[in-house]
Amino acid sequence: MDSDEAVALLGDPVRRELYRFVAAQGRPVGRAEAAEAAGVARGLAAFHLDKLVDAGLLTAEFKRLGERTGPGSGRPAKAYRRSGTEHLVSLPPRDYRTLALILAEVVDLLGGDELAEEAARRAGRKLAAGDQSGSVRELLARQGYEPYEEDGVLRLRNCPFHVLAGEHPLLVCSMNLSLCQGLLGDGATAGLDPRPGECCVVVSKINKN
Amino acid sequence: MHLAQLNVAHLLAPLDSPQLADFVALLEPTNVLSDAAPGFVWRLKGGEDPTDTVQHDYGDDLVINFSVWESREALWNFVYRSRHLAVLQRRREWFQRIAVPYSVMWWVPEGELPDLAEGMARLERLRTGGPGPEAFTFKEFYDPVSA
Repeated sequence: MDSDEAVALLGDPVRRELYRFVAAQGRPVGRAEAAEAAGVARGLAAFHLDKLVDAGLLTAEFKRLGERTGPGSGRPAKAYRRSGTEHLVSLPPRDYRTLALILAEVVDLLGGDELAEEAARRAGRKLAAGDQSGSVRELLARQGYEPYEEDGVLRLRNCPFHVLAGEHPLLVCSMNLSLCQGLLGDGATAGLDPRPGECCVVVSKINKN
Repeated sequence: MHLAQLNVAHLLAPLDSPQLADFVALLEPTNVLSDAAPGFVWRLKGGEDPTDTVQHDYGDDLVINFSVWESREALWNFVYRSRHLAVLQRRREWFQRIAVPYSVMWWVPEGELPDLAEGMARLERLRTGGPGPEAFTFKEFYDPVSA
């Protein structure tokens, strides 16, 4: 299925609601839980969730969702999580990713990482200047980081630069940290504390709400 | 097969200098992190003290990391998806920039430990001949050749 067809599936409001709920949890979500969140019957939720799996937007696995284990705990239930597959839709066609990968390689070859970090910090400040409303968390959410709280810090579930970070991790993660620092200014402290599958930055010492 | 990695870095100042103090202080937590990382198999130690660096004959300014991992993913997650990344990010404070590859990987049979001279020879091979199945990098990675 092409990306535009996959994305078109999200035109259905129930499907969109289910997709957003599952994506926001960052863990496998069962049918009943997703149905309740979307306010629809479990059967209808199951139908739409499986459509999203067919389109490659979600993945399904079988998992014990309850606390109980062993005999009497029932068979594993179908659970859904967001797929790692990226869908880019641009009309007319644009391809910024290929160019970004080439430029990242050039920065690496030139040893220009410090300049790149400075440029990223400036870009972060510029983004912040145009977006003064709301909390630190909302600001990060609008940049696509999907922040969530854990142990008193904000962790970021999504890396907006995932493909680039896979090719040039040191450069891209350092630039991303600088970008976040520029974005947050004096409002909070950003540092590197990566985990597999998430963004490399954590945000602590939030000074405003 | 397991994945061996050797990486080398040229110090900007002696290990006992103030300039390297932060790096030396980070040795123990970083080594603890690597030894506990999922998929970690082995690393060459300089001694029993966690701050001991690898002893070698390749020059006093050269710091060597030499380790074996269960898979590319295990090594990647330690290098780039753990607190090790923050140490790596500060490398300019402590190490020279070099234009040649400073890191090399190759596959070793499970249970076998590679030796340092072999690793240095593979790094040289990468530097002179470019990446291949015997000496490669994350960016130009080679899967193990099935027997």
